[in-house]
Amino acid sequence: MDNILEVKDIGKTFQVRSLLGRVKGGVSAVDRVSFSLGAQGTLGIVGESGCGKSTLARLLMRLIEPDAGEVNYRGRNVLDLSGASLKEVRRQLQMVFQNPYSSIDPKMSVLNNVAFSLWANGVSRQQARKTAYEYLDAVGLSRTHADRMPGSLSGGQRQRVAIARALVLKPEIVIADEAVSALDKSVQAQVLNLFQDLKKEFALSLIFISHDLHVVEYMSDEVMVMYLGRVVEKGPTERIFNHPAHPYTRALLASAPSLEVDRAAGSGAPALSGDLPSPLNPPSGCRFRTRCPMATERCAMETPELTAVGPGHQAACLLLKESLTA
Amino acid sequence: MTIHATTARDAASLRPISREPSRVLLIWRAFSRRRSALIALAVLTVIVFSCVLAPWVAPYGPSEGEVTDRLMKIGSAGHLLGTDEQGRDILSRILYGGRLSLLSGVLPVLLSSLIGGALGVIAGYFGGWTNTVIMRSLDIVFSFPAILLAIGISAALGPGITNIIISATVVFIPPVARIAESAAKEVRKEEYIEAARSSGAGAGLIIRSHVFRNIFSKVFVFSTSQIGVCLMVASGLSFLGLGVSPPTPEWGFMLNNLKQLIFVNPMVTIVPGVFIFLTSLSLNLVSDALSDALEIKR
Repeated sequence: MDNILEVKDIGKTFQVRSLLGRVKGGVSAVDRVSFSLGAQGTLGIVGESGCGKSTLARLLMRLIEPDAGEVNYRGRNVLDLSGASLKEVRRQLQMVFQNPYSSIDPKMSVLNNVAFSLWANGVSRQQARKTAYEYLDAVGLSRTHADRMPGSLSGGQRQRVAIARALVLKPEIVIADEAVSALDKSVQAQVLNLFQDLKKEFALSLIFISHDLHVVEYMSDEVMVMYLGRVVEKGPTERIFNHPAHPYTRALLASAPSLEVDRAAGSGAPALSGDLPSPLNPPSGCRFRTRCPMATERCAMETPELTAVGPGHQAACLLLKESLTA
Repeated sequence: MTIHATTARDAASLRPISREPSRVLLIWRAFSRRRSALIALAVLTVIVFSCVLAPWVAPYGPSEGEVTDRLMKIGSAGHLLGTDEQGRDILSRILYGGRLSLLSGVLPVLLSSLIGGALGVIAGYFGGWTNTVIMRSLDIVFSFPAILLAIGISAALGPGITNIIISATVVFIPPVARIAESAAKEVRKEEYIEAARSSGAGAGLIIRSHVFRNIFSKVFVFSTSQIGVCLMVASGLSFLGLGVSPPTPEWGFMLNNLKQLIFVNPMVTIVPGVFIFLTSLSLNLVSDALSDALEIKR
């Protein structure tokens, strides 16, 4: 499987300024994140709120400019592009946003919301409308919905509009940032299945961002777990969920409500306690150490790197290395 | 609903044939639910139409009058609203004067909404230095009391209706710009702007299709509420002698002229004032109801 997207050491630190405009410090939102996405594959990104998942998505889209790193789409570094070539690459990477109530212009008809993306790329009004109808149809919205204003649509219907808008530019990669979190469970399932269907129909690669482990497990081939802006573990979905290596992943799995009682993965690991530390002053060394049940003094001094713990499976934990070598 | 579908086929046959009501119709329904707004709209319509059609509606010309007919009371035969000190028919002068008064109430608001709206949107959308430069410059203008500034500008430019319109326009730019800026800042945060950016749309297209659309109702409602205020500012300037020159009728100017007669014929004296008041009150009621009606979601 060819990699369509390769991200190398991408990072973003937001500067925090004092009242007088002096730089007080930085919020390290995303720190040296690397991953690759196979053609027509699905990468799931999990983590608690505030761990930098959404920032990562926006960095890939260049909605926020990254400080460092590379985003290689089919061998071209997106971060080096500007003007027309950036516009061209951007259409290949589209995003479905978290909040369907904010991601659709309430003052534009449903049809125009979808057609807008095409206008922005120089398609004639009439042709854009025609194409928009087709894509609304593909996500299961009829013509009667198309002429309405978004205010009369339900959350699920709105998210379908957002999906149609992302697809209308015929992208190769769709980033879904918490795309189902705002929806009811029953609607979530519909939208997830819609994603699966559309992925096959349009040969898409997906980056699926969610804090919901079940959603990620259902959708993804590979999973990347993030904590405070860093990747702590990544690997094939099946391995992450059945043989989690990092203490954070284990705790996360243990804390997820599950109907399967005898699940091997989570059992034994204590659930997470406490809040995410402030990214303004992240803990030294391993960022998870303040909440890690197994943390030692060493964790405060050394920053763990991602190391292989199985086939295609990597984790960033110092203790893991010890236990493997011991 | 009184009809209940019992089978799927029934339900299918009950599908509404008519199209869904349009947005304009829905807004009108919400608007007309307020009786005060409806009455205000009616009053406004009557005033505007009779002023515009003054040459056909008014019983006399604006400057014709016999000195023998001077200072007639309200309700006198042939002079419904009485006559002024030169025997001119007040009603006719109100109707002719209303054309200038309404123009000097509407035009500055229209101009300042266009200019202020554009400045505010640019400041709000781009933020940063652009915002600082535009908004702080407007703050300088805004730091003067509005009426004082209007008087200052009018006095500097000299009397005349054009100069009143110019000075009123300048005075009303900063408040409109503020409304537009804060609204544009809000809209800027919405995810649909991010979505538009990620589709490759440039700032110009985003502002034209997304930002303007979403701040329009806020700016529109604010601007309509300013028409009444502007009418009073313009009339005030005329009252101070900075507006039209005699014998041209204008409400504020008429008020100024008639004020000498307040002990002779008090009821006639306040007629222009009543019209200024009525128009500006109606405008406010209408704009109030309109702002609520525009809130509807579809």
